[in-house]
Amino acid sequence: MSDVHAPRPFSEPSPLARRLAAAAVVLYAVIAILPLLWIGATAFKSQADAIAYPPKILFTPTLEGFVDLFTVQTHQSHDFIAKLPPPATWWEKIARDRDMVIAGPSRVVERFLNSLIIGFGSTILATFLGTLAAYGFSRFRVPLADDLMFFILSTRMMPPIAVAVPIYMMYRWLGLYDTRIGMILLYTAVNVSLAVWLLKGFIDEIPREYEEAALVDGYTRLQAFRKVVLPQAVTGIAATAIFCLIFSWNEYAFNLLLTSSEAQTMPPFIPFIIGEGGQNWPAVAAGTTLFLLPIVVFTIALRKHLLRGITFGAVRK
Amino acid sequence: MAEIRVEHLHKAFHGFVAVQNSNFVIEDRTFFVMLGPSGCGKTTTLRMIAGLELPTSGRILLDGADVTFKRASERDIAFVFQLFALYPHMNVRRNIGFPLVSTGMKRAEVKARVEEAARILRITDLLDRPVSGLSSGDRQRVALGRAIVRRPMAFMMDEPLGALDSEMRDVMCGELRGLHDRLKATTVYVTHDQTEAMSLGDKIAVMSHGVIEQWGTPREVYDRPASVFVADFIGSPPMNLLTFHDGLQPGRGSVRVGEADIGIPAPREAVTKRDLILGVRPEHVRLSDAARLRGEVFGTEYLGTTQIVTVTTPHGVTRARLAANVKVSIGEAVGLEFRPDRISVFDAASGQAIRTALHDHPHPMEHAHV
Ligand SMILES: Nc1ncnc2c1ncn2[C@@H]1O[C@H](COP(=O)(O)OP(=O)(O)OP(=O)(O)O)[C@@H](O)[C@H]1O
Ligand SMILES: [Mg+2]
Repeated sequence: MSDVHAPRPFSEPSPLARRLAAAAVVLYAVIAILPLLWIGATAFKSQADAIAYPPKILFTPTLEGFVDLFTVQTHQSHDFIAKLPPPATWWEKIARDRDMVIAGPSRVVERFLNSLIIGFGSTILATFLGTLAAYGFSRFRVPLADDLMFFILSTRMMPPIAVAVPIYMMYRWLGLYDTRIGMILLYTAVNVSLAVWLLKGFIDEIPREYEEAALVDGYTRLQAFRKVVLPQAVTGIAATAIFCLIFSWNEYAFNLLLTSSEAQTMPPFIPFIIGEGGQNWPAVAAGTTLFLLPIVVFTIALRKHLLRGITFGAVRK
Repeated sequence: MAEIRVEHLHKAFHGFVAVQNSNFVIEDRTFFVMLGPSGCGKTTTLRMIAGLELPTSGRILLDGADVTFKRASERDIAFVFQLFALYPHMNVRRNIGFPLVSTGMKRAEVKARVEEAARILRITDLLDRPVSGLSSGDRQRVALGRAIVRRPMAFMMDEPLGALDSEMRDVMCGELRGLHDRLKATTVYVTHDQTEAMSLGDKIAVMSHGVIEQWGTPREVYDRPASVFVADFIGSPPMNLLTFHDGLQPGRGSVRVGEADIGIPAPREAVTKRDLILGVRPEHVRLSDAARLRGEVFGTEYLGTTQIVTVTTPHGVTRARLAANVKVSIGEAVGLEFRPDRISVFDAASGQAIRTALHDHPHPMEHAHV
């Protein structure tokens, strides 16, 4: 950040203009966030409320959607349910009230865990590899550096799905089909090019003198990297990690193609919620809400870095 | 504390020669200044001494030990960078203490040493501040603190005052010299500012295009420039250089410049007739109606106590530093007279000074200085 602020080239906007601008921003935010609020609300509606017309804005919240999401249920007659012992848990009660009996847990927890493991696993790996590679490209004389950087970028030019079939066959052959490690490796491979490019930009911006100062101050290059370069690259690393996570978290096509049961993530799973429950919108909405949460939390946690990072170092110094 | 010896140091970047066959000795406790125009290889030389760059060939000896290919971290040399390179993610205290932490020193001792360094530099009140909000003078002091805290064998400073405004530069210049007088640590200081070099250095090395043209005390460099480059680079205005064609004989204390016989220190070598250059400082030029070397006043520059009078002659432009009350008018024809014992003579082809009585004693001017 510069110590010197350039004088403002324009006069301060009037209070009215400011308020109008704020109103416009709020209006846009509401429009943009409405679908998300709608999904969030639907997750807490009953099935009847979810499809009511005109749509209900005020409704009695219920956890039916979440119970449906997390369990497998069967429909039973009223008489059969009456004969059963009273429900032991609140979720059983919610099911019974709708003439349903819980047969067991659904697979959503596994899918969700898969999403977390594969999403964060590939993000960490891509960011880690990307940071090291970017540092190398930025600081050392790598033979054919420009060509290599272009090659790395070129892996990103083709839509990844264009190579889906060869990858499918390769994965079958290598035993990576339907494994978490296979998905982590695949997403890492896709993300690492982006990571190298983004991070090289950030690391180029960090003056070499900092490391050199550390070198003459008695540190090895690795220590200088850890203690001086990394702390200054956090902004870039955070921004890169968010981009990587967003890609692997949302990825649908590869996961659909390369998994069957073990390594399936949330995106290909969510449509199945519709299928199983016969258009059970609250359950779908509950699944979507749950799916959105980690990325929201992650982004909010890193937003301090993100705001500076997304400008790609333009505001540094 | 250490003596630094540089032998036949050479550095090429992909065929571009940045430093050429450098030789010099920096005695223990000396404040050594490397002076030269931009791009002449000062930084590269300094970085090779510090171990941040490896030489293509040559040797660097630190107190007699060959460190040419040792890592920077093993040389015990502190480096002050032009833009200070303070770690932005650490506060002042951690910045200064950083070199000590690498040695595995105990926390209490680090604290004590950091506070001592801060006291010397009078920045104790800044210790817990982040470095980002500091003024450039204070940043400079923190950078110096980080260098002195280790009590290294030698300090390398790459244009450490370059980022300061001129007022702050004068202040820090004084502080740097004061610091050196207290610590007496061997210091190599790079600058392209001759005033800085003259006022700070015990010894000055003047560089041009990767070559060290001359090294010696500021007085030697000023009074007995070893080459036309040094004569022209040092001094403001620089030494006057007049071209003429003549030969030199050890017995003859004069040369013929056009119509005029001009007295010079007795040559110590014979030189056949060729193109030569006569060098004389503006303060050793006088106007004299009787003089045979004639010229025309081109302009005057009033400086308060003195004035610089520019005279065009057939042998080149000559500037004279005269008392401010001497009356001259532009366009006036004048005669020029030079102080004979302070004249340098150079070979025009090689640019090197020719040995004369000027070079007889190690420091002939020390007492004769006016
Ligand atoms: N890493 C490098 N690769 C290629 N050329 C370089 C490198 N470092 C320096 N040079 C070249 O070597 C020459 C000397 O550079 P150096 O930085 O030593 O000059 P300097 O005297 O410090 O100049 P300045 O006053 O501008 O700092 C310059 O022409 C520069 O372009
Ligand atoms: Mg330099």
